[in-house]
This record gives sequence, structure tokens and C-alpha cells, in this order.
Amino acid sequence: MADIRNYTLNFGPQHPAAHGVLRLVLELDGEVVQRADPHIGLLHRGTEKLAEQKTFIQSLPYMDRLDYVSMMCNEHAYCLAIEKLTGVDVPIRAQYIRVMFAEITRILNHLLWIGAHSIDIGAMTMFLYAFREREDLMDCYEAVSGARLHAAYFRPGGVYRDLPDTMPQYTASKIRNAKEIARLNENRQGSMLDFIEDFTRRFPACVDEYETLLTDNRIWKQRTVGIGVVTPERALQLGFTGPMLRGSGIAWDLRKTQPYDVYAEMDFDVPVGVTGDCYDRYLVRVEEMRQSNRIIAQCVKWLRDNPGPVISDNHKVAPPSREAMKSNMEELIHHFKLFSEGMHVPEGEVYVGTEHPKGEFGIYLVSDGANKPYRLKIRAPGYAHLAGLDEMSRGHMIADVVAIIGTQDIVFGEIDR
Amino acid sequence: MASKLEALKSSVEGLLASRVVHSTMAYNELTVVCKAQDLLEVATILRDQAGFEQCIDMCGMDYSAYKDQPWDGPRFAAVYQLLSVQHNVRLRLRCFAEDDDFPVLPTLTGVWNCLNWYEREAFDLYGLMFEGHPDLRRLLTDYGFVGHPFRKDFPVSGFVEMRYDATQQRVVYQPVTIEPREITPRIVREENYGG
Repeated sequence: MADIRNYTLNFGPQHPAAHGVLRLVLELDGEVVQRADPHIGLLHRGTEKLAEQKTFIQSLPYMDRLDYVSMMCNEHAYCLAIEKLTGVDVPIRAQYIRVMFAEITRILNHLLWIGAHSIDIGAMTMFLYAFREREDLMDCYEAVSGARLHAAYFRPGGVYRDLPDTMPQYTASKIRNAKEIARLNENRQGSMLDFIEDFTRRFPACVDEYETLLTDNRIWKQRTVGIGVVTPERALQLGFTGPMLRGSGIAWDLRKTQPYDVYAEMDFDVPVGVTGDCYDRYLVRVEEMRQSNRIIAQCVKWLRDNPGPVISDNHKVAPPSREAMKSNMEELIHHFKLFSEGMHVPEGEVYVGTEHPKGEFGIYLVSDGANKPYRLKIRAPGYAHLAGLDEMSRGHMIADVVAIIGTQDIVFGEIDR
Repeated sequence: MASKLEALKSSVEGLLASRVVHSTMAYNELTVVCKAQDLLEVATILRDQAGFEQCIDMCGMDYSAYKDQPWDGPRFAAVYQLLSVQHNVRLRLRCFAEDDDFPVLPTLTGVWNCLNWYEREAFDLYGLMFEGHPDLRRLLTDYGFVGHPFRKDFPVSGFVEMRYDATQQRVVYQPVTIEPREITPRIVREENYGG
């Protein structure tokens, strides 16, 4: 009999199921994975090193580019870290706006995840469904910050500006007639809060649609049930957080256990899985979308009734309004100093962990009192998850590796930093 | 919350006894500093007896340019962010590597398995060596990269750049052609600046 040898397979870095630039060296025995060795760093930009050369406010837009499918959640952790060191008070309205957008971002992230994960393992339609809802949320991003992806909307001390009174509208084009345009613009007639409220009303039915397609789908179950099982003990050892930890049955959610901003005021449930396989993590994330929707609805209700400032009036940290800056010498000096020299953050070190859609996203910030961070360490949730890929995929078929990469919700912007 | 942290501080100091070099509480966070020779023992005690079952993050540190002044003491350190899911508390553990020219720390991959990649990263970026690490390869930088880019004496623009050479028909490395520039200077204000 001929010698049977293990052979090595290069998966990626240009494989569509590698979710970006993952180079995975798989050692295979036939079709069974013996060892998976992820090679990362193909998207390494040295964000942490760059942040050491930039003032605190200049590094903020870098945060969007870490996990580029949940932009505002990254900014959230960064702003919280600076606020903790400077001790600046954030207006309560700004906290509600941040929570609302953090949850919008969570839905955006989970929609992309469910679309990409299902297209990876053979459910084409989900992708189209998920992107239909993403479009509406992207419009919210655009309306509030002017950018659809890299918002730079959360600032130390609050948010950049208040919510707009109007939503952008579709305009007539060659492919759409006036009647169609009117239908598309129907829910965009009021303020942005009206639009978001309308979204929260229709979104549960959309999630039902996704579940109709997937939850009882025989093929979906065959591909996910019993795949990539992680016991609670191993999940803790491997540093898993977020849905990866909750899927294994540990009820741990920083929004509940270590609440930041106004999460303590919010009424929502934390879904927990039982078996710790890909299917449970799918169920956890789908339920999280419903819970995020509940939080958004609560924020909309509060924001409607409570106008107020949205950024701190401590001008050592937050810029003064344009109007004040143009008419008042002192504010002009503040503005000039803040955007040229930048803010001085007191000496010290803090670690802030937030419940990012993918897990715990943390910022470890060391300041020596300068206008630039001395050291900024970004704790990316996907980094620990991908490090656990070897253990999760061992003994599985090669096609299951794709399901496991999908369930980990890998995004390379944050892993490679 | 503050009393919870004080209770944690006294219990951790009780468990670790003389192995704590010093511990500080600031910004509602507890930092414990220990010696490199005690690190493995300290980590095991913290995991098994203090309930820190998760190591959330670990990073290298280079203190050589701190406050833009000469740094007194060991230059490199590893900082661990620990989380106790059962007690809902966090702790920061810092350990300085004694030798600046060849910084060595014991590996903690046996205590918290997730540290495998974090230690590889710290080795890659800071040149920290982890004794007993199963697979200490570079992680984030290019294959064949020379140097440790996150050290404070490594310029942001690096030393080499890469381009495609049409005559040799391959990608070549050459010394960098860009000048490092600083748009906003780094300023550490002296005490009581401006009165």
C-alpha cells in the first residue's frame, strides 16, 4: 500500500470565504483538518504606532478603519477611554445617541455577518435580504455624519452634532419613475428619528424572514449543528468574548455587567446558547438583533422628549460650536488650540472594554500627559477568536473550516490593526 | 464600586504576599506589578485562587521615551488585562523584563491559552522573548522582517521600502526614500503650565 501522507493546503489570502486577507495553512489528512495555522498581518497598518504620532483627536478616524463593519462601536471604546482619563462629563443626550448608534451598528454588523456567513455555506438569498436592511441603516449613518462607512461621529465628550431634522431622499433617475420614487421616500418625510422608529417597527418582521429562511432549513442545520463546538471552559481559556462566549452558555455581556453610557437604563435580554456550536451562535446573534432593535426603540422614545446639548462644554476636550467660535475670541482660541496642538490627557493608564458586536473591544490607553497617546493598545475580539481557529477546526472537514471562519465573524481590519 | 476594588486589592495582596512589587489604584482600576521570576506563580495564583479565568489582553510596552525624559528602570514590560467573569472585576498585571538588551519573560500560555498569539505579537513588535513559548514566530509583520517596529527607537517610516523592479521583474527592498516628518509636535506640559 502506498504511503499516505498529510498534505498542506494554502487557503487564501485571496479566497472569498476567507473574509478578507486570511492566509490559512491547513494540514490535511484526506479531507480532515489536522492543523490550521492562520497567517495574519496582511492588512497590518500599524494603527497603534500611528496613533502614537498623532494627537488624540487625529487618531479617532483610525478607529473606524479597525473593524470596518462596526465603525461607531470602535469609536465608542476610544472615546470612553479618553473620557475616563480626562474625567470629562458627557451630556446625557449624547450618551443616548451613542447607545442608539452603537446598537444600529450592532445590527449592521450582524446583518453583514449573517449575509456573508450564509453565502459562504450556500444560502445565497440571505445576502440580498440582509443588504436590503443594511441600506436603510447606512442612510442613517450618512444622514448623521455625512459618511456611509467611516463616520468619525463619536467624539471625546459627546457626539459631533445633533441628529438631523430631515432624511436624505431618493431623486428621480432613468431607472425609477416618479411613483416609485415617492414610494421609496414615503418613510423619509419626517426627521431622522421618525425614520429610525419606522425601521424599528418593520425590522422584527425582517428578522422573522431571515429565520424562515435559515432556522429550520435542513441544509443550514447540516452545515452548522455540531460544528466548531466550544465548551464554556475552553471558551474562557481561549479568551473568547461576545457571541462566541454566549454561544457556549456563559451569560456575559458587558452592557449588563459593566454598563457604560446609558446601557444601565436600557431594558433588554442577553441570549445564551447551549451547545456552543455554530448553530447556537447563529441563534444568539439573531436574537441579539431583535434585542438591539428594542434598545433602539427605547432610545428613540427618550431622544424625542429630551432635547439638549450633545457634546461637552469643556473646551479643553471638545470643540466649541462653529457659531461661538466665529463670534467669540476665547472660543476661537480654544478651537485653534484644540485642532492644532490637541488636547492634553492627564498622565495615567486606563483600560476600557466595550461590548462590540463581535465581542469585547478594548482600548488600553497610556498617557504621559502629552497631546498624543504614549501607547494605545487595541484589544480586538476577532484576534482571540481567530487564534482559537486551530482548536475549533481540528478534526473537522475542510468545508467546515469555512463555516467556522464564518461563525467567528472575522474582520481583518481589527485583527491586523 | 470603589469598595469592591479595595476588597479586591486587599485579597490579591493577601494571596500574592511578597510577590507584589507594588499595586496602585487609579481611575477605578487596580494595577499589580510583579517580578519576572515570580510571573508564572503570580499568574497561576490569580487564575486559580483569585478567579481571573480570562486574560482579555496582553501587550508589550516600551517605556524608554516616557515623558520624553530618560527612563529610570527596565525599559520593556508586558501588561496583562485580566477579567474575572465570576466576580465581575478586572485587574491589570504588569511585569518588567530585567535585561533591556535581551528582554525575557516566562510564557503564560500554559496559564491562559489565548496568550499564544498575544505573546507572538509582543515578540514581533517589541522583541520580548517568552521563555517556553511553543511557537514564537513573527505574527503581524512581513515574512523576513527585520527589527521590532513598535519600539520607540524604530521610526514610523521604517528602514526599508518595497517596490517592483521592472528590470529584475521582481519585488525588491530598498532603503526608504521618504523623510520622516512630524506635523504636530509632541508636547508634554510642565507642572502648573500657564499658572
